[in-house]
Amino acid sequence: MSENRPARAGVEVRLEDLSRRYAGVTALNGLNLTIAPGELVALLGPSGCGKTTALRLVAGLEEADGGRVVFGGNDVTGLPANKRDVGMVFQAYSLFPHMTALQNVEFGLQLRHKSPAERRQRAGEVLELVGLSAHSYKYASQMSGGQQQRVALARALAIQPTVLLLDEPLSALDAKVRSRLRDEIRRVQLEVGITTLFVTHDQEEALAIADRVGVMNKGRLEQLGPPTEIYSRPTTSFVAEFVGLTNRMAGMVKGGEVDVRGARLPLVRADSADGPAIALVRPETVSLAPETDATPGPLVGSVIATSFLGATSRVTVDLGDETVLAQMTTADASKLPPGTRVRLVLRPDAVLIARDESTAAEA
Amino acid sequence: MQRSRRRNLLIFRWVVLVVVGLFFIAPLVAMFEFSTRGNAINAPRTLDGWTQVAQTPGLIKGIIVSLELAVITPLAMLVLLLPTMVWVRLRLPRLKRIVEFICLLPLTVPAIALVVGLKPIYVWIEINISPETQVLAFAYLILVLPYSYRTLDAGLGAIDLQTLSEAARSLGAGWATVMLRVVVPNMRSAILNASLLTVALVLGEYTIANLLNFQNLQVEVEYVSLTNSNTSTAVALGSLVFAFALLLLLSFVGRARGHPTRAEEILPSSASSAGIWGQRV
Repeated sequence: MSENRPARAGVEVRLEDLSRRYAGVTALNGLNLTIAPGELVALLGPSGCGKTTALRLVAGLEEADGGRVVFGGNDVTGLPANKRDVGMVFQAYSLFPHMTALQNVEFGLQLRHKSPAERRQRAGEVLELVGLSAHSYKYASQMSGGQQQRVALARALAIQPTVLLLDEPLSALDAKVRSRLRDEIRRVQLEVGITTLFVTHDQEEALAIADRVGVMNKGRLEQLGPPTEIYSRPTTSFVAEFVGLTNRMAGMVKGGEVDVRGARLPLVRADSADGPAIALVRPETVSLAPETDATPGPLVGSVIATSFLGATSRVTVDLGDETVLAQMTTADASKLPPGTRVRLVLRPDAVLIARDESTAAEA
Repeated sequence: MQRSRRRNLLIFRWVVLVVVGLFFIAPLVAMFEFSTRGNAINAPRTLDGWTQVAQTPGLIKGIIVSLELAVITPLAMLVLLLPTMVWVRLRLPRLKRIVEFICLLPLTVPAIALVVGLKPIYVWIEINISPETQVLAFAYLILVLPYSYRTLDAGLGAIDLQTLSEAARSLGAGWATVMLRVVVPNMRSAILNASLLTVALVLGEYTIANLLNFQNLQVEVEYVSLTNSNTSTAVALGSLVFAFALLLLLSFVGRARGHPTRAEEILPSSASSAGIWGQRV
């Protein structure tokens, strides 16, 4: 997607060693992140990981306990929210209920002392950009959730902010509207070329929309990289398990490889110490072949369930002491009804290992 | 079956309306009847009680002072209470219970006890600030806190204050703009209700004014009633009708806009439920 990007109009945004504590609890612990001009970075993570705190510190809605926020070389850490020149779309519907869509969009322009003609023109342009020109004179109560969030996006863009901040703007919407609006946000962001920080707990959303995804955990950035890298080459077991589905299979590390039920798989980190470990295996690297031999084997099991996902299906196989998920085309999965004896074939992709259930220390 | 049930329901509604209407109107009619009685048995009806209002200087002064207080007190209440409540909700939510307790406290303190506490303060106020009756606004501000707090609190609870204020701030609004252009318009009905309750209380207040030796409307009505009960009843009726007219005006203002906020939808016209119309408190 980034290849189609027009000339970037945004500025670089730098978060330097940003930290925030609430009543002794560390919400953000030394976050360092540089967003290139015009780039869209998604911060992804579970509830309480610090992603929204990071966004609110960038917006100036909260004060940092330490660190700096820099927009295009200017330190804005000490500036209040109304002086930071950011556009923000919130998780909750945030249109001013007593104003029409047009008045909402004009609000920020009015505060910047633009003339009525200029305001009307700019508001018309951004409403057109989000495809809501026909709804200019509607109040929030007369619009759907998706429309409200699009107006909120138009309102944020109307003031031509330095940075666009999106705080889970899609989470209150139903799945279909969500996916459509997600694409629309990306289209608009590319068209405007604004530097954007997008916060979400939805991995699909983050992977689909962002130039780079930052996975956060316990107030720290675990990994930052393009979506494909985050998915295919996670650097920590937390990232591997949080992004996409992962099988946790018992194994034994020896000589830079892990033995999983007789299959030897290379490790992402070859210098891992020998010993028992949990191998994190993606379902799409597991394939199934019908097993005619009744002799039990470590990689032989029975299909117990199939989840239809559209073009692909997810098959659950019982190996006796553990269950494993395999993802394949629906056509292949249909040949393996529940009860079918199957043999697992593990693709020899490099895998991560976890040493312990509670700490999930990586190899 | 359905039709007869609907008809019965309609009859029931009309019966309730008529009974409640009579309950409210009967005392007003009785007051009017009394205010137009002649001075002797079998004397013809007269409007002297009403016309003498204009010829009673103390009464006119009392009306003007009370009307001034009815403007000053709601304004002072809004300037003091609304920003405080917004700030507490946004920045100091842990203090909400304490602020609520303080605001509701005047409900539990009898007016006479309040006067005992206020008297030395008013001695100081009369010497150092002003001896005019308008300074009663300080005391009235305390009296109206419980009613105003509850009404404004319901209004604030009906809007997503944090998101709206943060949205406005991110668009470049300072706190004053947030208050005037985002918060106030979205709780217009709650603000009007709180103001109306304040006006009603101020117009009907007697005890504190009398005990602190100030001459407001109700104190003057009391004085006049000693010599001319027709006129005092006429003025009392006039102040009641004025308060009802304000309530009616409010309900029309509340409906005037096509798109009510949630605050307006959930807030009843709470004035009548407060039970302080035209009563001396």
